[in-house]
Amino acid sequence: MQLAILTGFGLAFMAPWLHRWLGRYTPLMMALWPMSIAGWLALQWPVVLAGDPLLLEWAWVPALDISLNFYLDGLAWLFAMLISVVGALVLVYTGEYLKGERDLPRFLVIISAFMTSMLGLVLADNLVTLFVFWELTGITSYLLIGFHHDDPAARKSAQQGLFVTVGGGLALLAGFVMLAQAGDSWSLSVLGQRGEQLIGHELYTPILLCVLLGAFTKSAQFPFHFWLPNAMAAPTPVSAYLHSATMVKAGVYLLARLHPALGDTLLWEMTLSLVGALTMATGALLAIRETHVKKLLAYSTVMALGTLTMLLGIGTRDALVAFVVFLLAHSLYKGALFMVAGILDHATGTRDVTAMGGLRGAMPRTAAVACVAALSLAGLPPLLGFVGKELMLTSLLGALPYSGLVLALAFLGAFLTLAVAAIVALRPFFGPVRDMPVTPHEAPLGLLVGPALLAGLSLLFGLLPGLLDGLVAVTVSGLGVAEPGVHLALWHGLNPTLGLSLVSLVLGSLVFCYWGRVRLALARLEPVMRHGPEWGYERLMAGLVRLAEWQTRWLQNGHVRHYLAMTLLVLMGLVGHALFLRHRFEIDVSVDAYFHEVVVAGLMAASALTACLMRSRLAAVAAVGIMGFCIALTFVLFSAPDLAITQLLVETLTVVLLVLVLFRLPRFTRLSTPVERWRDVIVAGSFGLLMALFMLSVLTADALPRISDYMVANSQPLGHGHNIVNVILVDFRALDTLGEMFVLALAAIGVQAMLRFHSDNDVVSSERTTRGDRPHG
Amino acid sequence: MEAVLAIAIGVLFAAAIYMMLRRSIVKLVIGLMLLSNAANLLIFTMAGLTRGAPPLVPEGMSAPAGPVADPLPQALVLTAIVIAFGVLSFAVVLVRRAWEIVRTDDLNRMKDTDT
Repeated sequence: MQLAILTGFGLAFMAPWLHRWLGRYTPLMMALWPMSIAGWLALQWPVVLAGDPLLLEWAWVPALDISLNFYLDGLAWLFAMLISVVGALVLVYTGEYLKGERDLPRFLVIISAFMTSMLGLVLADNLVTLFVFWELTGITSYLLIGFHHDDPAARKSAQQGLFVTVGGGLALLAGFVMLAQAGDSWSLSVLGQRGEQLIGHELYTPILLCVLLGAFTKSAQFPFHFWLPNAMAAPTPVSAYLHSATMVKAGVYLLARLHPALGDTLLWEMTLSLVGALTMATGALLAIRETHVKKLLAYSTVMALGTLTMLLGIGTRDALVAFVVFLLAHSLYKGALFMVAGILDHATGTRDVTAMGGLRGAMPRTAAVACVAALSLAGLPPLLGFVGKELMLTSLLGALPYSGLVLALAFLGAFLTLAVAAIVALRPFFGPVRDMPVTPHEAPLGLLVGPALLAGLSLLFGLLPGLLDGLVAVTVSGLGVAEPGVHLALWHGLNPTLGLSLVSLVLGSLVFCYWGRVRLALARLEPVMRHGPEWGYERLMAGLVRLAEWQTRWLQNGHVRHYLAMTLLVLMGLVGHALFLRHRFEIDVSVDAYFHEVVVAGLMAASALTACLMRSRLAAVAAVGIMGFCIALTFVLFSAPDLAITQLLVETLTVVLLVLVLFRLPRFTRLSTPVERWRDVIVAGSFGLLMALFMLSVLTADALPRISDYMVANSQPLGHGHNIVNVILVDFRALDTLGEMFVLALAAIGVQAMLRFHSDNDVVSSERTTRGDRPHG
Repeated sequence: MEAVLAIAIGVLFAAAIYMMLRRSIVKLVIGLMLLSNAANLLIFTMAGLTRGAPPLVPEGMSAPAGPVADPLPQALVLTAIVIAFGVLSFAVVLVRRAWEIVRTDDLNRMKDTDT
C-alpha cells in the first residue's frame, strides 16, 4: 500500500507528459488516482471500524529505527478519506477552472505531489517519516501559493507561508527528537501507549512547547494566523484544498495524534484551549473586516482551526466527539465555499463581495450550492455544521474552570461566523443586481460537481447524522477515550445549547444587517491591528536583512588580510583553548644542542625577521634565501639528506625567480600606518608564540605507534629500494606523488598561460607603461 | 634541540604572518614563502630529531641496522617543498600579471580596479 501511495510522486512527475497526450482531460484522468485510494480506504473500513488498526510495515532505514510503516486507525482513515475525496473533486474542478492555463502541467505536478505528501503525513507511523511528509507539504504549499510567480505579492505571500511553517517545522523536529528520546520509540502508535511515561518525563515541557510551535504555525493559530489569508494568492483550487480542507489541518491532526501521548496535563489543556479560543475570536473579528471573498473565507478557516484546537485542549469525551464532527463538517462546507468563490471570481471578474449582488437569477445552481454550504458554515439546521456547533457548545458548558472566558470567545466566534456565512452566501446572490466587470453566467458542470457534492454531503450527514456514529466512535476511541458509544442526532431537544444557538442567530443577523457600520467601527481599530503579529514578522525579516548587510560589510570587506587576520584569531582561540584548557600544558625546556646547531637555528630566525624589516627588495629576497639555506642545513644536520638536496635546489630556483620577476615591480613603500603595523605585529607575534608553545607541548606528548616502522622494515623487502624516503614517495605513498605531479603540471600550465595571454586591457596598459617592461611572449 | 627549533619555528610563523598582513602584494608573496618553510620545518621537527642516522638501508641488508630518522615526515615534507615551489611560482607570475594590468601593488587599490 505504501507503494501505491508513493506512486503519487511518480504520477506527479509524469503529469507534463500525460498533459501532452490527454490535453484538457488530464486532471480528470489524474483524479482517478485519489479515487482509487479512496476506494481502497473504503475497502478497509470494516477492519478499521472493528477498532483494529491496520499496521503496514515497510523498513526504510532499519539501523536508525526509521520505517515507512503506515498506521491506519479511525483518525488516519478519516483524514486520508477527506484528502483523497476532496483531492479528486479538486482535480475535477481544476480541469475546468484552469482550462487553457499554460502552466496547468506544473500545477498538476505540484498538487499531486502535495496530495501524496499529505496522505503520507496522516498515514505515517514513524516520527521521522511524518516529519519528512510534513515538510514536503510545506514546500508544495509554498510552490502553490507562489504559483503566479510573476506577481510579487504572490511571491511574498509564498515566502511568508514558507518561513512561518518551516520555522515551526524546525521546532517540531527538535520536539520529535526529544519525544523519541523520552518515549524510547519513533513509532507514534507505540508513543500513544506511553502517555504516562512521557508526561512524567523531565523533557515533557520542552517537547510540548516544540510540538505545539510546529502545529500552531502549520494550522495558523494565533499569533501565526497571518500567513493563511495571504496564502489566498494561490489559485482557488489550492485554497479550497490546501488552505482549508487539508494542509492547515495537519497541525490539528498532529495534536490529535499526540493527544493520547501528551494530552491530559494542565499545560496542554490551558495552552490549547486558550490559544484555540483566541484564534477563534481573532479569526472571526478579522473576517468581518474583509470584503475580499477569499480572505473572508480564509479568516473563517482560521476561526475553525482555532475551534478544533480548543476542542482538543478541552479533551473531554464530548469535546473530542465535537472535534471529529466539526472537522468533517468544516472540510465539507469550506471546500465547497472556496470552490464557489472561484466560480464567482470566474463569472463576475471580481472578488469583492460588496461589488456583487443579485446573481441568483443568472446563476441559480451556484446560488443553491452556496446557500447549502453557507448554512452549514453558519451552523444552522439541518446541516452537519449545526450538529458540530451544538456539540461544541455543549462540550464547552461547564467543562473547564475558566470555561467562562473560553465560552465567551467561542460564542463571539460563533455569531460572527454566522454573519460571515450570510455575507458569503446572501450578499452576492440576493439583493439588487449590480454592475460587474464581466456579465455573470452559470458555471459549467465541471466547476459545479465538486462544491455540489461536498454541500450535498453536508446536507446528507446533517439530516442523518447517525451515519457517522461508527466513524466518530472509532476515531474518538483512537484519541484515548474509553467509552466510545456515540450517538449523533440533529435534534437534542430544548436545552441551554439551543438557547445559545438562537441568541447567536439573532446577533449574527444583526451583524450582517449592519455590516457596513460594523466594518467602519472596526476600521477605527486599524492603527492597533497594523501592529499585529504580521508587523512583527515584517520587522523580523527586515532585521534579518540588516544583520546580513552588517556582517557582510564587516566580515566580507574584500581585504584578504582581514580575512586572514580573522581566520588566525579564530584558529588561535580554538588551538589555544585546546592547548591550555583541555589538555595539561607542560613543556620540556631541557636543551641538548650543539653550538653549531643553535647558530643555524638562530641565523634562520634572524634572517626571517630581517626579511620583514628590509626596505629593499633585494635584501628581503636575500634574507629569505639565507633562511632557506639554513633550513637546508638543518635537514643535513638531522639526517634528512633528500630534503636538504631538494630544499637547496628549490631555494636557489626561488631566489632566481623572485629576482627575475619581482624587480619589475615597484619598490617597497610604507603603506600602513604605525598603528596598523603594531596591530599586525601583535597578531603575528601571538600566532608565532602559540605555534612555538604548540610545538613544545607536542614534543612532551606520548608517542603514538608509528606507521613508519612498517615502512622502514619493508622498504627493501617489498619496495626493493635502499633509500626509504624514496620508496615511500614512489611506492608506499605513490598516489600522493601523482597528485603532486598534477599540481605542478597545473601550476606550469597556469604560468605559461599567464605569460602568453594578452587581453585587450594589456594593450592599453602597455601603452601607459613608462618603463619598457613589456611582457614576454 | 627541538626546543630551540620550536622557537625558531615560532619566529618564522610570526614573520610569515606579519608579511602576509601587509598591503603590498610582493610582501604577501614573501610571507607565503616564509609560511611554507615554517610549516615544513614544523612537520619535520614534530617527528623528533635524530642525528647522523638517515633513513637508508645499507647495501646488502634488508633493514637498517639501528634506529633511523623517521622517513615518513621526510617524505611528506619533500612533497610539500616541491608543491610550495609550484604554488609560489604561480603566485609570482600572477602578481606580475596583476601589476601589468592594474599598475599597482597596493592590495587596497587593487580591490577597486575590477576590469
